Formats: sequence, structure tokens, C-alpha cells
Amino acid sequence: MSTTTDPSSAPHAPAAGDSPLLEVDGLHVEFRTRDGVSHAVNGVSYHVEQGETLAVLGESGSGKSVTAQAIMGIVDSPPGFVTNGAVRFRGKDLLTLPERERQAIRGQSIAMIFQDALSALNPVFPVGWQIAEMFRVHHGSSRSDARKRAIELMDRVHIPAARDRVRDYPHQFSGGMRQRIMIAMAIALDPAVLIADEPTTALDVTVQAQIMKLLRELQQDSGMGLILITHDLGVVADVADRIAVMYAGRIVEQAPVDRIYATPAHPYTRGLLRSVPRVDLKGQDLSAIAGLPPALTNIPPGCEFHPRCPAAEQLCREDRPPLITVNPGRSSACHFSAEVLNGTR
Amino acid sequence: MEHADASPSSSGGPILLEARDLAKHFPLRTGGVFRRHTGSVQAVDGVSFELRQGETLGVVGESGCGKSTLAKLLMRLEEPTRGEARFKGQNIYDLSGKAMRALRRNIQIVFQDPYSSLDPRMTVGDIVGEPFDIHPEVEPRGSRRRRVQELLDVVGLNPEHINRYPHQFSGGQRQRIGIARGLALRPEVIICDEPVSALDVSVQAQVMNLLASLQDEFGLSYIFIAHDLSVVRHISDRVAVMYLGKIVETGTDEQIYERPAHPYTQALLSAVPVPDPAVRGQRQEIILAGDPPSPADPPSGCRFRTRCWKATDTCAEEEPLFVSRPGTDHDTACHYAAVRDDVVVHRD
Ligand SMILES: Nc1ncnc2c1ncn2[C@@H]1O[C@H](COP(=O)(O)OP(=O)(O)OP(=O)(O)O)[C@@H](O)[C@H]1O
Ligand code: SF4
Ligand SMILES: [Mg+2]
Repeated sequence: MSTTTDPSSAPHAPAAGDSPLLEVDGLHVEFRTRDGVSHAVNGVSYHVEQGETLAVLGESGSGKSVTAQAIMGIVDSPPGFVTNGAVRFRGKDLLTLPERERQAIRGQSIAMIFQDALSALNPVFPVGWQIAEMFRVHHGSSRSDARKRAIELMDRVHIPAARDRVRDYPHQFSGGMRQRIMIAMAIALDPAVLIADEPTTALDVTVQAQIMKLLRELQQDSGMGLILITHDLGVVADVADRIAVMYAGRIVEQAPVDRIYATPAHPYTRGLLRSVPRVDLKGQDLSAIAGLPPALTNIPPGCEFHPRCPAAEQLCREDRPPLITVNPGRSSACHFSAEVLNGTR
Repeated sequence: MEHADASPSSSGGPILLEARDLAKHFPLRTGGVFRRHTGSVQAVDGVSFELRQGETLGVVGESGCGKSTLAKLLMRLEEPTRGEARFKGQNIYDLSGKAMRALRRNIQIVFQDPYSSLDPRMTVGDIVGEPFDIHPEVEPRGSRRRRVQELLDVVGLNPEHINRYPHQFSGGQRQRIGIARGLALRPEVIICDEPVSALDVSVQAQVMNLLASLQDEFGLSYIFIAHDLSVVRHISDRVAVMYLGKIVETGTDEQIYERPAHPYTQALLSAVPVPDPAVRGQRQEIILAGDPPSPADPPSGCRFRTRCWKATDTCAEEEPLFVSRPGTDHDTACHYAAVRDDVVVHRD
């Protein structure tokens, strides 16, 4: 059954009746550890449409990966538990769907690639075999047919001399080539959504440029929705349509990419943008955000950003600001969004 | 020998550290019982530069280009295969005894990884104070604890945390611990090997500001090794670009970033996404084919030629000299060096 989304929780959802391609709604994930309960994800909502690139931006530990793991159903559990929320693919909630249906969607329609391609690939099997396995398992393809399609895919992600390299093992490839292999496996079944978790963070900048170009190309060909998880403000500016900024397990701002860079509506986003070195500020101090993100076992009351926020007031220490629409297509979780947006605070 | 400095804008202090044709080749052996010498990895191969007092020399390049080996050579943690490095005029590889100890005090290093570079079993006080065990003459035993607390204070850590362990600190704080340790012996040169690469951008800014203020306060000279081009530009007076063991271009930050003349530098700059969607699509993106070749088997002639769109037969036959060519105003190692300004765009 397709349920229509509550417009207040998903401010950019398309017209009623027409569910987003993939939607995370009010997701909560916690890790029950010896040191207490770590609130890694605290009510995250975002969505991605066909052909669209959503960048999820945030610093280390902000919950970007755990959110993605919850979408894929691979949260390390225990200690991790999804305690609330929904993950809807074309309107169907994966968290409540019968196991078989859920597995079918996660196996075929949503795929994910990781930062560290080497540890995500199996070291003891040839890469061609690993790609071919996708076709054997999901399509029941014959051995030779699967192998042929593996070579085609390796060509498609521009691995030179694919036919000769199909028998090589992961360690025989460079970091960039391994990332291509992982991308080949991810797109093998033509997924509707690809989640890329820091796909280029471990790579050199010239190789990063190659991989980003490849992802763009594949997306244009297939129209898949892309969720790009990153902490690189440059990469986001280059490829994203929309951004969701995460802080301490929540989305604090969500907006189309051009607008967020020009006029951030949340003090944290503004702080991030300002802490990037820029040519015209050489020789001056960078404007760092003071302090550190909170421990997730002990998130401060009120606004989770208040201990570091230059705009904080008493209200911020007491009341948690909800993520609300500040103007069409944009939302921010700050009591003073409007003033931050127009530059008066 | 002394040659005219083409860049009057860079700080005019005396030359403190000078490398001439520095090279480090690691022997490559095949496995098995008869471990035969089958060649060598030319990790650093003929690097020359000078560092003036109070100046920051940035070194950029991709993984495996030899940046960290260069750092180790300058610390004399490795002996060179050829060439020399002079600290205040003395070749550091000729030093021994007392003079060598003095050198070790004067050149310090801060490492990349704030997680693995600190011994987890040592307290912060032990880590920062360890250099005094090796150089007890610098600080008498009785005043060490106070000195360590001072150092913690200098780098913005709470001096009362002297008995804590590394795991009780965040990445940025651990990097500060590494910096405090680097400062302990009052060095004149600090080699920073990817000091902020492991940090989040907001914390990275804190550490960069700290490095800049320490430089002002203590007149330090830095060799700042990093792969993030905008971070290097922010802190450096001059920049050296490395590729496969060699410096391919050096200049002031403006020369390198506004008027790059070596194709590799141009490709590198063009690959860096600008954090401003308003300029999306404006820069000329040069997508290089393939990966850097192995330093165990570098290409003949110009090492960049296998990925270079300008390469000709000459590039395969002749190694390009590292000189300033007509139409350029700084040194590059390319037969066809030519300034290009369409690979860099600025935020509006
Ligand atoms: N298996 C686990 N057990 C306990 N805590 C976990 C586990 N996996 C993740 N966490 C915690 O969840 C929080 C969010 O982590 P997450 O990996 O989502 O951050 P991230 O935004 O992806 O950060 P990064 O940029 O470093 O990848 C962190 O505090 C992390 O320590
Ligand atoms: S709600 Fe208050 S503390 Fe939070 S970001 Fe806004 S101004 Fe800062
Ligand atoms: Mg992550």
C-alpha cells in the first residue's frame, strides 16, 4: 500500500499521491553500548527523486553512514537498533515490509558503494567472478553469460583491458580501479537508487575527478537517484542538486545547492562554509567553529549546536528547534533561521 | 650555490634549510630464498629547494609521489641515495655526535594521523615530554612538568589534562598534542606531514590557525606537506608540486595557483572542486587518464608523459630541465611549459 507522506515532515515531497523514489522519514537509530546509549540518528528525514543527486553533508560522526546503513538494512545490530521512523521506497516502508519483498528491493533496487573499496571486495575471489556473481544470484544467469556481462560492466566503468583483467584479484588493482569495480557491482542490477558513502575520500584528487565523472555519466544514462554522502564542500558544490546537512544525528538544514552556499539558513552550515580556506582571505585566520560536536551519548538539551553556536540565546539552551520550512524548498532547524538567512544574525 | 631569488614577495629571511639533488631509492627484492636485488623504487629522485627563516614551503602531490619519504630524509630518519640537505649551511648527512643531536632538536615533525601516531599507553604528559628524555639538556628534570603544561596551554589544550590518555581526546585535540610535542625542543623548522588531513573542516581550521599563530610567535619555518591544495595555498609562501619523486614546479602561491605552467599542476588544480556552485562548470576540467605509474619503473624522459596530453617523442627521450621557460616566471620541469589560467576559478 502506498501511503501519502505527511507534507510537514517532508517539506519537499512532490504532489500528494506521488511518492518519492526513496524517502527516509523520522528515522531514529541508537547504539546500546557499555558507555551508554549512543543516539547516532535522531529523526532524520530526507528523500531523493529519480535522476536527482542529494548530497548528505556533515562532519565525522554526524550519522551520515548509519542513516545509509539503516536504508540498506545493514546496521550493526546489536548494538545498533532502528527505534523509530520509516524508509520508503516508492511508498513502501522497507522497515515493515515482509522479509522477502524487502530483500528483493534492497538487493536490486537500492545499491550502495563504500569509501573503502578494498575491504568491501572479497580478497579471495577474482573481481570478474564477484561481479558475475550478481547476475548468477539475482538473475540466475549461466556462468558464461554472467562472465560476459561482468566484462561488459567493467568496460562500462572504464577499466582498461577488461577482458584480460576479469580474472585478477582486488589487490592487483589501484585504489581508483577498485572503486570502479565496486561501482560496477553496484550498478550491475540497474538500481533505481545508488547510495555512495564517501566514494572518493580515500582517493587522490585526479582520481576523484575520474570517479565523479563516471558517477555523473552513469546517472545520466540510467536516471538513478544518487545519495552522495560526503564531508567535502567542493564535491557537493560540483555535483549536488540538493543538500541535507547533518549535525549530531539530525538534519539541520536542507536546501537546493545554489541557495545554501549563497545564503545558509543555519549557523552550523554557515560556520562550515566559512571554515574553508579561500583565496581572498589568505594570511588571515580561518573562521573555525569553536569546540567540538557533542558526544552522542550526551547530546545537550535544546539545540544540539548551541554550545558551539555564535548566535545562541537562552531559548536555544532549552528548546530543540524543529526542522521547519523557511521558504519553499528549504528547511532549517534553528530558532533564528529567518534572521540567519537574511544576514541579520 | 646562492642564486637570485625571482620572488621578492616571499619572506626575505636567510636560508635555513636547503636540499640539493636529494634522492632516496629503496632496493626492491624478489621474494624466495635467494632474495635478489632486482631494481629500486625511486621514492625521491633529485629534489632541490630552499626554505627561508619564518617561511612556509608547501609541498603538494598525490599519494606515492614521495612526500613522506622527503620528510623522513629531512629529519634524517633515512639516509639519502644521493644529494645533500644543508641546515644553516651544514650538510645534515655529514653530522654526527653533538652536532647531530643539535640538528634533531632543531628540526621536528608533526605527523598526519592523530590516531595512530600517539602511543595509546602513554599519558599526554609523557608524550609531550618525551623529547626531554632524549634531550635532557633542554629542560631540567624539575621544571619539565611545568614546561609540558605550558606547551599544552600554547596549543590550546587544558594543562590539567596532562595525565589523560590519547583516546580521551578528539582527533583535533590529538593533533594539538602532536604539535605540542613538536614544539617541546624549541625547533626552528617543523615539518608538517599532512597535519590536518584526518580532521573535519571546522576542526582543520582551528589547527591551521594554531600553526599560523605559532609561526608568528616563535618565528618557525614550516615545510607543509599536504594533498589538499586549498589548505596548502592558505598557509604557504611558496609551493612545490611533486610527481613521482620529483618536483615538477615551484613558485609563490600566486605563481602556482594563478599561473600554473606544468601540465600536471594544471591537471591537479583543475581536478579540485570549488566550494561554490555558482562557478560550477566554469573551470576547464582536465581529466587525466589512468593512475600514476609505479616509482619502481618510472617512465623514461619526463615522468608525467604517460598521462600528459602534450607529450611528444621528445618527452620520452629527454628529461626536461627544471628551469623557467619563455613566457613563464617560475621553474618547471616540462619541455612545453606554458601558463594556463583557465583551470582555476574563484568563488564569487
Ligand atoms: N557498530 C557501532 N557500534 C557503536 N556505535 C556505532 C556503530 N556504528 C556507528 N556508531 C556510532 O554512530 C555515530 C554515527 O556514525 P556514522 O558512521 O553514521 O557517522 P558519519 O557521519 O558517517 O561519520 P564519518 O564522516 O566519520 O563517516 C558515531 O558516533 C558512531 O561512533
Ligand atoms: S537554535 Fe540557537 S543554538 Fe541552535 S543554531 Fe539556531 S541560534 Fe544557534
Ligand atoms: Mg561515514
